[in-house]
Amino acid sequence: MLAFVIRRLGVMLVTALVLTFVVFFLTNLPPNLEKLARSEGSVRMTDAAVASWLEEHGHSGSVFFRYAEWLGAAPGWVITDEKGVTRGKCIGQRDDPALAPRYCGVFQGNWGVSTVFKKTVLFSLGKSMAATGWLMLAVMLVMVPVALLIGVLAGMREGSRTDRVLSTFSITTSATPEYVSGVILVVLLASPSTGLSPLLAEWGWIGSKTLFMGTATSAMDNITFWNFGLPVGTIALYGVGYIARMTRASMTEVMTQQYIRTARLKGVGFRQVVLRHALRNAMIAPFTVIMLQFPYLLNGVVIVETLFNYKGFGWMLVTAAGNNDIEMLLGASVVAVIFVLVTQLISDIGYVFLNPRIRLG
Amino acid sequence: MSSLIPESGWADMSEPLSWAAIFGLMAKQFWPVWVALAVTFALSFRFKRRLGLYGKLFDSPVAIIGFALVMFWVFTALFANMIMTFDPLAQLGSVKNPLPGAVVPEGAEGQYKWFLLGGDHLARDVFSRMVMGARQVLIIAPAATTFAFLVGITLGLPAGYIGGRLDTGLSFLANLVLAFPVILLFYLLVTPEIRNTGIPVVLAAVLFLIPVAFFVILFQSRFHTSPNKRNLYVGITLVLGLWAYSGLAFNADPLGVWGMDPNLLNVFVSVVFVNAPTVFRIVRGIVMDIKSRDYVAAGQTRGEKGWYIMLWEILPNARGPLIVDYCLRIGYTTILLGTLGFFGLGVTPESPDWGSTINAGRKLLSMVPHPAVVPALALMSLVLGLNLLADGLREESLKD
Repeated sequence: MLAFVIRRLGVMLVTALVLTFVVFFLTNLPPNLEKLARSEGSVRMTDAAVASWLEEHGHSGSVFFRYAEWLGAAPGWVITDEKGVTRGKCIGQRDDPALAPRYCGVFQGNWGVSTVFKKTVLFSLGKSMAATGWLMLAVMLVMVPVALLIGVLAGMREGSRTDRVLSTFSITTSATPEYVSGVILVVLLASPSTGLSPLLAEWGWIGSKTLFMGTATSAMDNITFWNFGLPVGTIALYGVGYIARMTRASMTEVMTQQYIRTARLKGVGFRQVVLRHALRNAMIAPFTVIMLQFPYLLNGVVIVETLFNYKGFGWMLVTAAGNNDIEMLLGASVVAVIFVLVTQLISDIGYVFLNPRIRLG
Repeated sequence: MSSLIPESGWADMSEPLSWAAIFGLMAKQFWPVWVALAVTFALSFRFKRRLGLYGKLFDSPVAIIGFALVMFWVFTALFANMIMTFDPLAQLGSVKNPLPGAVVPEGAEGQYKWFLLGGDHLARDVFSRMVMGARQVLIIAPAATTFAFLVGITLGLPAGYIGGRLDTGLSFLANLVLAFPVILLFYLLVTPEIRNTGIPVVLAAVLFLIPVAFFVILFQSRFHTSPNKRNLYVGITLVLGLWAYSGLAFNADPLGVWGMDPNLLNVFVSVVFVNAPTVFRIVRGIVMDIKSRDYVAAGQTRGEKGWYIMLWEILPNARGPLIVDYCLRIGYTTILLGTLGFFGLGVTPESPDWGSTINAGRKLLSMVPHPAVVPALALMSLVLGLNLLADGLREESLKD
């Protein structure tokens, strides 16, 4: 087991390095850097001026070396210009160049400064990830129990009416991506002119114009059911269908096993059989699915945060990408990639724990 | 006035339409689709027993509904020019977001009189844009999925069958791509800057060569004992394949038949790139399962070569799960394309594809819902149809 975890961690580290390099390479392509020079320096720079700006700010040289610099595995760039002023990646505005450290990269905790938010990347990341953390927590709390319940209810009696109704529901939701269900939910529940809200307002059941709020910006400070319900519902809906179908498949398979029949023949009630004998064995496959669902959740988070204007991780990623904020985008990518890799690792290890039949050498 | 109203007795020219009238007129507009659907279903039911797996579809109600939904959009895409009421890019009048059923200002002779499903913020007809959007989606999604499958199969077969270092290397690469959050990858790969660096062309050059290689190996492994046949098939593949390859990957087709807009190429390559590793993993898993079967051992004993066994013994026996996944994956690709459009990546702003129409419509969503809801429902129904079809196919293929 330990050897397996260590080997997996090794592969994970290599993967993370390769992926961050790819992101670094793609965000630091010459056209992006040129755009950066023009936005940070001046729009009317000549090509020669752009080239010298890039050189003065440490963006020239081999991409491998710059990547190592960014990581903190190579010494940061230091340039002394003709006026005798020494600047460098690791030298702050007022610091004495002689005292500055040689290495300053991601390893040393220096993730750079965002050009859009004018704050350090770590600060912006922390803030936005906290916001997204609440969103994901709420989604998980809604999605997992609902999905498991639907899956178990549908799978315990295959082909019954309950099964058909619930299966149709889960197929429909898994065919509805977030940008579709978000639009439909807003129109139904959060529009003053269409859907439920005008009816409810007319009957005097709600004080405001709409039932739910169409944006989640206010949830940044104060989460309520009415401003958080739609974003959470939108993400959860897409995931519910998929997890429920996996749970159903697993449940139907377990229900055909010999030991279930034996238990039934011994006279154990159907409820007892489902709860005591079937449920635990049927939960192994959905666990993996739920863990692997996290990366897709990230997708949903980006869409929903854009749609509902919730300033979390996804919104920040979109803003950074749209504004050529290279350092911010790099930081966000590191977080996203590590997030995906860790969930994959947990799902592998958890699978072994849950299923004693699997042995890993 | 009533004698001047050409086709619809229940609707006055100068008045907005009621919902019943809107649906009535829409149903009429879709007439080529209804005819095509009726013919397809009549023929399919008539010859159901002679059509193999396709015929078996018509035993399952789920599959029938799914197939009907999918074919509805396929025929809509085919007959888009006959169905749509306006040019999807034309701006009709100066009123923003006209409501469904509103009268088109200054309806000239021979022009359609109403916005059937309203207009968008530039007063373009939502109905026509939805219909034209179907054509865009149904060209790109199946094509990209097919390419992803060819790439995934060509790499997955040897990875599963030969195993060893090859498998380790290819699996590592596949896992690399899979560990990338899709949206991040899109934001990095589908940008105007990337297009200038030529990375999409390089990716296309690699990815598009694989299908050509697939068919060459396919025919070579089967017919290498009879050179005449082999030369014919491989020759045809090479001529057609490299001709298309030159046009699609490098936009350098000497005859100008094959070609892809650089925007579209970028989107296409990214979608193939995202999908291929998943297909690779599925194929690899199936091959590892099948290669321990007796008929594979029999083939090896007969002295058949590796590629022959992979392509002509294993692949046909893996078709069931692959066909099911193909249906699901077209749906997933449709969702991905919608996501790209939703973020405004890689498509021209006036493009009528569903994702970017939803994106354009969502800004005024709570005031005027129709410009976003119509393409949203269209996309949902197509993906739902594909999912139902896949479900039905899976059930029917498990029956025997």
